[in-house]
This record gives sequence, C-alpha cells and structure tokens, in this order.
Amino acid sequence: MAEPASVSAAAAPPGAAATAPAIHTVDLSKRFGRTVALAGLSMTVPRGEIFGFLGPNGAGKTTSVKLLLGLIKPTSGEAWLLGERIGDLTTRRRIGYMPELFRYQAWLSAREVLALHCELAPLPRSTWKEEISRALDTVGLSDRAGDRVATFSKGMQQRLGLAAALLGKPELVFLDEPTSALDPVGRHDVREIIRKLSERGTAVFLNSHLLSEVEQVCDRVAVVDHGRVIAAGTMDELLSGTAVRVRVSGLDGDARTRLAAFGPHDDEGEQLTFSKLDIERVPELVSAIVALGGRVYEVAPRHQTLEDRFLQLLHEDT
Amino acid sequence: MPPVLVFAKLTVQEASRRRLLIALMILTLIVVGISAWGFNKITTVPRSDGSLPSHTEVVLISSQLLIFVVFMYSGVLALSAAVVAAPLISSEVESGMLLSMLARPVRRSEVVIGKWLGLAVLVAIYAVGSAALELAAVDWATGYFPPHPVVLVVYVGLEGLALLSLGLMLSTRFSGITGGVIALVAWLMAWIGGIVGDIGTGLQNQAVESVGIISRLFLPTDGLWRGAVNAMEPDVVLAQLRAAGTFGRANPFAALDPPPFAFLMWVVVWFSVMLGLSIWSFRTREI
Repeated sequence: MAEPASVSAAAAPPGAAATAPAIHTVDLSKRFGRTVALAGLSMTVPRGEIFGFLGPNGAGKTTSVKLLLGLIKPTSGEAWLLGERIGDLTTRRRIGYMPELFRYQAWLSAREVLALHCELAPLPRSTWKEEISRALDTVGLSDRAGDRVATFSKGMQQRLGLAAALLGKPELVFLDEPTSALDPVGRHDVREIIRKLSERGTAVFLNSHLLSEVEQVCDRVAVVDHGRVIAAGTMDELLSGTAVRVRVSGLDGDARTRLAAFGPHDDEGEQLTFSKLDIERVPELVSAIVALGGRVYEVAPRHQTLEDRFLQLLHEDT
Repeated sequence: MPPVLVFAKLTVQEASRRRLLIALMILTLIVVGISAWGFNKITTVPRSDGSLPSHTEVVLISSQLLIFVVFMYSGVLALSAAVVAAPLISSEVESGMLLSMLARPVRRSEVVIGKWLGLAVLVAIYAVGSAALELAAVDWATGYFPPHPVVLVVYVGLEGLALLSLGLMLSTRFSGITGGVIALVAWLMAWIGGIVGDIGTGLQNQAVESVGIISRLFLPTDGLWRGAVNAMEPDVVLAQLRAAGTFGRANPFAALDPPPFAFLMWVVVWFSVMLGLSIWSFRTREI
C-alpha cells in the first residue's frame, strides 16, 4: 500500500530532460479565493506509464491538469514536465492534451482541425499529411476526414480531440475524461489506443471518474478528494482487500448504523457491500445481522474492485 | 506560419465560412443600388419651375447626402466590429475551444494579436470595398466625387478598428453579450459626447466643449468620424461653414478642420493601450 497524499517521494527537482520523469510535482497547490482546489500535490509519473487520476466531481482533477499544462498558475509549489518547469513553451511541443471540454471549430473539417494543430504544434509541414492520416485512422475517423465538425456527434468530436492529442508522437499525453461521450465500443478503442501509447514509451495521464476504465488500463493510480491525494499506488497495492456483498432484509436504520463496526459499507437497501472486510470476519458479520433482526439471503465475498476501494477511501476521507 | 498569422487566418476563415462576409457584401450591394438610384434623382428630377439643379447645387446636396450615407456605413462597420469582437475570446474560453490550442507552444499575446489582426483585415476589406462601391455609384449618378477619398476610408476604417479593439479587450474578461453591450453603449455615448462638445463650441461654453474632448479621449470614434466628414466636405461647403463662425462647428455631420495632429497621436497611443490591456488581461486570466 502506497503512502497517502504522495504518489512517491518527491523532493528534488528532476534531472536531465532526456531521463527526467514525465511529471514531477512538489507540493503543488491552487486556491481560488477561499476555495482550495488542490492542496500540496506531490507525485512523480515515470516515462511510459499510464497514470490514473481519480476523484469525484470537483475533487481537483481538471485543476491539476490545467496547472501542469500552465493554463492556470499554482498558488504555491513547483512542477516539471519532461524535465522542464511547467509553463515552458518548448516543452509543449512534446505534449498532447485532450480537454474535458472538447469543442473544435465547427466551420472546419476534421482534417483542417488537425492541420491547425499541426501548425500550432508546430510540426514540419512535410509530415502533416502522414500525421493527420495516422491520427484519423487511429481514432476511426478516416471516412469523415473531409466533413465539417458541425456535422459530428459528441462522440465523434471526442474522437477528433483524441486525434489532435496524438499528433506529433508526444512523449506525454493528458487525457481529461477521454471517454465521457463514447459508447462501449469507443471506450474499448480508447483503452487500446492508451495501451499502444504506453508501449511506444508515451506517458499517459488519465483523468477519469470511470473506475472500471482506469482499473483496466492504468499502471498506477492516485485518488484525489477535496484537493488532496488520499491514496496512491499500483492496482495491486490499492486493491489488496476483500469486499463482501450481503443481501439482507429486516434491518432498520439503527441496525444498519451498528454494522459500521465491520468497516465502511455501501448501503443500497437490500444489498450491503462491505468494501474492505477480512474474510475471517464474515461469520461474525452474519451473526451480527441475525442478532439485529435481519435475515440473510446471500453472502458473496469477492476481490475488492477499484470502485469498492474508491468508495471506501472517500468514506474514510469524510 | 507564426501563431499570430495562424490565429489571424482562422479569424478571417471563420467570418468567411460563417457567411458573415457574404451577408455584408449582399447588404452593401443593396444599399449601394438604392443610394445610386436616390443620388441619380438629384440630377434628373426637375424642380417646381422645371429647371434642373446647377452643378454647385448638385455638389452641395450630394456632398451632404453622402455624409449621411457614409455615417450609416461607419455605423454598420462599428457595430459589426463590436458585435464580432466582443465574444471572440470569451466564447472560445467558455466553450473550451481555446484550451487545446493554448496547450500548444502558443503565447496568449499571439492569440490576442492574431485575432485582432484577422478582424482588422475584415474591417479594412469592408471599409475599402463599401467605400469604393458607394463613391463609384455617387460619381456615376451625380458626377460628384469627395475631395479626399483615401483619407475618408482611413478614418472610417480606424473607427471600426477602435470598436473592434474595445470589443476584443472586453472579450478577454466579459461574456460576449456583456462586452458587446458595453462597446455599443460606449460608441453611442462617445458620439453623443461629441455632439454635446459641438454645442459647447457653438455656444462658446468651455465647460460643455470639454465634454466632447473628454469623450474623444476615452473612445476616439467621434473624433475619427469628424476626420471622415472633413474628408468629404467640398471647398464650397467648408467656406460656408467658416462664414457661419462657431455656429458652423455645432453640427455632428460637419467638420471644418481635419483632426489635429495631437489627436492623431492620441489615437496611436489609445490603440497601443487597448491592445496592451487586452494582452495583459488575457495573460492574467485563469481559464
């Protein structure tokens, strides 16, 4: 289990740019007036890693991405991307970004939008055609390359945003909720794209609240809530416990409250899920439920999922 | 291509693809056609005694009528510039369209200057195109041509540029609707301020006259409009205005003298301040 509030020890600035980690932050903080959006984020994301940044809405995920990209300035703390301080213009040539708000020029065609990003990146003009074709092919938009963005569905616009982020073979890609508008097939495609990016050495910073997606694709994750990292580590480190689902009836509010002795649980009426319960305590739990007047229909221990762990962490944080 | 030119090109491209240019062109052609017909009537319709107006009378009437028509053009240009510029940055920030572009190696100053440049090209195209068509139509209909057509176009174009600069500056902080309303109210107030100043001149009242001066310092559109009017006044009209003394100056559609050099210098400073403010405002905005 990794330490909370820090993804890994992060005190000294990174070394030479070529070997420096993809992301390195030290006590990065951001306040908007009295609101603390991010409180002391310290983390290191190595090259080629798929890093999941999890949290409920308003936890500070998008703020973190914008800080790292230099779109907003930190109140305190320091950060480096690919060995250079955040805000460095030259470094942005090596970074791809797909924002949560994916809107592109409706009056341009998909190909023209990508050409615009090639121009701004900037990529050598001789490579544009190949880069654009490859990016469109990767996200499955080749047959709509000449169509105006105004005619695109939300899902297609999100695919276009992903294509723009992939231009120029970036060393680090920020994806902010990259599948929010996609159907299951699209989500599967995006997971494949992310894996391929990692295979070729690109680090991916995946901002998401779709836990199953993160669980399937990420090497490591950090869970952020109220601007603080409350847990971080590899999947194995995070998901070491057992979750127990119990189907019951006849428990009143007081009885349900008493079950808190068995750790945090998700109460969905007839179904109670104890997100981190030692398997040895299951008989004790069943006895307690019966003693409290409840009737037990089903007890199903299972390996803890990221969702179980996520809910448990948020429960502990509040 | 440098990012400044990329954003300038994108702005022109958007106006073109969204059919703003074609809409303005069609409206301009309609106005030019109607005004050509109207001007033609000055020379061809006989008076009650059956005689046609003399050349001097045609010049007098045509020059004054042309000032009103150009006022309409300058109004369309100023309003269009304000309405198009006011949401130019704010709407792209609100929709998130700018996010992915600002994550590229692009300075915010390049975004502001590029968008200003793109709109300035559109303003220049409209000012030159509409003036050329209108002046050619009036020349065809009456034989009258204003004495300083190039100066006229420059002043009308600068008036549009002033509103565009104000609108763009406001768009770095305010929503499109708020910025557009502020720019339009400022333009009208500057015009009214100029008229109040004229009345002060006519009454030889220093305090009232200074209202016009102050309003032109805040927004130089009325001062630039007077430059355009002066460029359209034929000598015969100027002589009559001079003969009328200070009362000859108390007219929003008359200008005895071209704008003073100090005012033109202030216009340069005003544009620099406006662009500088826009860049500073956008650079310090968290998006």
